[in-house]
Amino acid sequence: MTSLLDVDGLTIGFGDAPPVVRDVSFSVSAGETLALVGESGSGKTLTCRSALRILPEAAQIRGGSVTFAGQEGPVDILGCAEPQMRAIRGNRIAMIFQEPMRSLSPLHRLGDQVSEVLRIHRDMGAREAKTRVLAQFDKVGFVDPERAFSSYPFEMSGGMRQRAMIAMAMVAQPELLIADEPTTALDVTTQAQVLGLINTLQQDTGMAVILVTHDLGVVANMAQQVVVMNKGRVMEAGRAEHVLTTPAHGYTAKLFAAAPMIPTVATPAPELAYDDVILDLKSVTKTYTMRASGWRAPVAITACRDVNLQVPRGKTLAVVGESGSGKTTCARVALGAERPDAGGEVLFRPVAGEPALPVHDMDRTQRTAFQRQAQMVFQDPYSSLSPRMRVLEALVEPMEIHAMGNRRDRKEKAAEMLRLVGLNPDMLHRYPHAFSGGQRQRLSVARALTLDPKLLICDEPTSALDVSVQDQILTLLEDIRDRAKLSYLFISHDLAVVARIADEVAVMRAGVIVEQAPPDTLFYNPQHPYTKALIAAQPEPDVTRPINLDLVAKGAGASTSWPDKYRFDGTSAPALRELEPGHKVRCHA
Amino acid sequence: MMLLRYAANRLLTMLLTLWIVSIMVWIIINLPPGDYLSNQIAELRATGQAEGVAKAEFLRTEYALDRPLWEQYFIWVGMMPGPNGFSGLLQGDFGWSFEFDRPVGDIVGDALWLTVLVNLAAVLFVYAVALPLGVLAAAKSETWVDYTAGFVGYLGLATPNFLLALILFYYGNKYFDLPIGGLMHPAFEGEPMTWGKVKSILLHMIVPTFVIGTSGAAAMMQRLRANMLDELSKPYVETAKAKGLGPAKMLTKYPLRMAFNPFVADIGNLLPAMVSGSVLVSVVLGLQTIGPSLLTALKSQDQFLAAFVLMFVAMLTLIGTMISDLLLVLLDPRIRYGDRNT
Repeated sequence: MTSLLDVDGLTIGFGDAPPVVRDVSFSVSAGETLALVGESGSGKTLTCRSALRILPEAAQIRGGSVTFAGQEGPVDILGCAEPQMRAIRGNRIAMIFQEPMRSLSPLHRLGDQVSEVLRIHRDMGAREAKTRVLAQFDKVGFVDPERAFSSYPFEMSGGMRQRAMIAMAMVAQPELLIADEPTTALDVTTQAQVLGLINTLQQDTGMAVILVTHDLGVVANMAQQVVVMNKGRVMEAGRAEHVLTTPAHGYTAKLFAAAPMIPTVATPAPELAYDDVILDLKSVTKTYTMRASGWRAPVAITACRDVNLQVPRGKTLAVVGESGSGKTTCARVALGAERPDAGGEVLFRPVAGEPALPVHDMDRTQRTAFQRQAQMVFQDPYSSLSPRMRVLEALVEPMEIHAMGNRRDRKEKAAEMLRLVGLNPDMLHRYPHAFSGGQRQRLSVARALTLDPKLLICDEPTSALDVSVQDQILTLLEDIRDRAKLSYLFISHDLAVVARIADEVAVMRAGVIVEQAPPDTLFYNPQHPYTKALIAAQPEPDVTRPINLDLVAKGAGASTSWPDKYRFDGTSAPALRELEPGHKVRCHA
Repeated sequence: MMLLRYAANRLLTMLLTLWIVSIMVWIIINLPPGDYLSNQIAELRATGQAEGVAKAEFLRTEYALDRPLWEQYFIWVGMMPGPNGFSGLLQGDFGWSFEFDRPVGDIVGDALWLTVLVNLAAVLFVYAVALPLGVLAAAKSETWVDYTAGFVGYLGLATPNFLLALILFYYGNKYFDLPIGGLMHPAFEGEPMTWGKVKSILLHMIVPTFVIGTSGAAAMMQRLRANMLDELSKPYVETAKAKGLGPAKMLTKYPLRMAFNPFVADIGNLLPAMVSGSVLVSVVLGLQTIGPSLLTALKSQDQFLAAFVLMFVAMLTLIGTMISDLLLVLLDPRIRYGDRNT
C-alpha cells in the first residue's frame, strides 16, 4: 500500500540553536491512524504542523521532505507555492487543535466559521454550504444542528466546541486529519466521547489520522501505528500492539512505567479508621449569587451541596470530579478562603486528642497558627511562583511573615526544603524561569512545606505536568507525607492519579458527592453510574481494553439521565447511603 | 428587541449622569470667590459710576444671583421658578452672558454646530488614518512598513498642534491655495446657508481637521497595532490559516474584528478630548467654535456661559460613550448574549 503522507528526514530548528526536530521520518496510509507520542518539548507539535506548513515564523526547516500523495497526485509540501498550499489546507489536510476554547473565534457564529471552509474550497453558496454543515453537525453529535449553526462558541461547553472543531475539519472531507492533543483540555468522559467520534468518522470516510498526544491510553484506543518522540528524535516506531505490549526502547518503557493506571484489584481494602480526624467538613454548602444586570433577580448557584468529608491524620483524602463539580470550592472552604453557607462548618484539629477549632470562627492567634499548619499546592507551577522573586526569596517569605527564626535559620531551612524535594541548594539564587515544569512544582511543594504544615491541600498538583514528571511529583508527595506525617486533601480530575496516592476517594458530580470509598473498594466494586463512567472513560495503555463508550454514555450525562435508583433533579438529591462498611453511594433506598 | 431595551436603559443612565454632571459643573464654577457681577459692582463703586451699579444690581436680581447657591442651581436648570418664572436649561433658556452682554444661546448658536462639525471631521480623520496604518503596521510588524508608520505616528504625536497649524497654513496656502484662518469666508458669516457657504466651510476645514486629528490618529494607530499583534498570536488565527484562508481575508475577518473593540470603545473618549484639546488650536486658527468662548468665559467668571459650554462638552462625552456602547453590543456577541448562558 502506498502511503498518503510521507515525512522523510525532517529537521527543524530555530535561529542558530541546534535543531529541535532531528531527522524525523514516518509515513501514514489512507484509513490508518498514526500516533505521535511524546512529552512537552519533544517536537511532536512542530512535526505535525510542518505537514500543513503552519510553523511559527522563526522556525526554519533545515532538511528533509514532506510528501502528500492525495487524490490529486503527489505534492511536495515543503517546496510548493503558497497558493497551492492554501488549496490543501482545510481541504485535503485538516487540523484540530488542542484548546477548543481558544481555537475558535469568539465573535463569529459556529455556522459561519465551519461553512467558511466550504466557501473557500468548494466554491459553494451560503445555502448549499449550510445544508452540508448541518449534515456534518448532525454527524458529530449535535442534537440540534440548526441551533448549533447560529450559536457562538462561548455558548457551548468545551466538548461541544471540540465537536464543532471536528465538524470544521471534516466538512470538506479531507484525506488526512491531524489532531494535535485534541482531548487534553477536556474532561475524561468528554475525552472518551470525542475519541469515539473521531474513530467513527474515520471508519465512515476512510481518511488517515495523525494523532498527536502524550497519553499512551489514548494511543491504545486510537492508533494502529505509533511513533514515540523524545527531544526531537524518533525513539521508537511501529505497530501499536507491538510498541504497547513489548516496548523496545528504554524511553518508551519509561513512559509506560510512569503512566498512572487504574488498578485491577481483586479484593477491597480494609476500612479506614476515623478516630483521629485532622480536618472535618460538616454539611458544607456553598452558594454563589450571580449579580444579574438591570432589573432581573440575582441567580443563586450552588457550587457544592451538603459535603461531609473527613481527613484522618496522616492519610490522603482525594476528591475527584470533572470541571464544575465543586471540588475546588470544597478546597477553598476547607482552607478558610470561602465561608460556607449557614449550617456548615469546618473543624481543624492541629494536635491529636485536643479539641478541634472551627476554621471560619477563629481568633487572631488561632488563625495565624492555622495559616501555618494548613498549606496549599496549586495546579499551575508556571503562574503560582512570582517570576520576579528568586527561589530563596519565595521560600523565606512565608517564614518572614510568620516571624520564624533569624535570617540564617531561614536560609538554612530554605536549603533544607530544596534538598527535601530533591533539588540542589545551589539553586536558591535562581529565578523560577530557570526551572522546568516539574522542578517548579517541586519548588511549590517546598514553599508549602517551609512552615512545617500538618495539612496540605493539593489542587490538581500534577495536571499541568508531563506523565513522567507527574510520576516523580506523586512519588515526592507520598514520600514527604510518610516522612513528615502530613495529611493531604487531594483534589484531582484523574482517577488514575488518585488510585495511587489516596486512602479514601470521594467522587463529586454537580456539587454533591455521589460515591465515597477507599480506592480499592471503589475500583473493585463501583456502584454509581457516574463512577462507572469515570472508570470506563479512563484510557488504558492496553490495546485489549478499549474504552467502553456505552458505560461512559450511561453515567456521564446529567443527573436526570441516570437510572431510577440514582436519578435526581436539582436539589432533590437522595441521601448518601452506606452500602457496605466504608462504601457510601448516593442512591434511593 | 434586546438592543432597544439596552439602548433605552443606557439613555436613562445617560440622563441621570448628565444631571449629576450639571450639579458638579455648578459647584465647580462657583468655587472661586465672587462672581462676574459682584466683581463688576465692586469695580464700579471704586470708580464712582453709580448708574452702572444700578444696572448690575438689576441683573443680579434678574438672574437670581442674590439667592443662595442651591436655589440658583435649580433656577438655572429650570426646576424652580426664578424671578421670571420657570426659565432654565430644561426650558431652553441658557442664561445671560455678562461678558458679551447677550443671551448665551445667541453667542454659542453658530459655534455649537461648527464645533460638532469640526470635531466629527477630526474623529473621522482619526479613524480613516489609524485603521489602515495600524493594521498594516501589525501585519508587517518589524519591517520598514511598520517602522515608517511608527515614525510618522510619533512625529504626529510629538509636534505641538499650533505649530503644525502654522506650518500647514503656510504651505497649504502657498501650494494649494488653501484659505488661512476661520471656518468660512468672512463674507458668509451670519449669512443663510448656501452652496457657496458649504464649499467655503469645507475648504476651510481641511487644515483644522488635520491639525486636531493628527495626534489622536497617531495614538490610535499605535493602540490598534498593539492590539492586533496580541490577537495575531492567538490560536484561532492558526485555525483560520489551517482552513486555507488567504492572508488578507484571514487578517480582516478574525484578528481585526477582535482588535476592533478597544478601537470602538475609544469614541467616547475621543470626542471630549478633541473638544477641549482643540480650544488652543481654535484660538490660534481663529475657528469660530465653542472653544474661544469657553476660554473667555472662564477667565472672566462669566458663569452662565462657562456652565453651558461645560454642559455641552459633557453631553458630547456622554453621547460618544453611548454610541460606542451601542456599537460594541452590535459588534461583540459576548456582550450581547453574555447573560444567555448563565
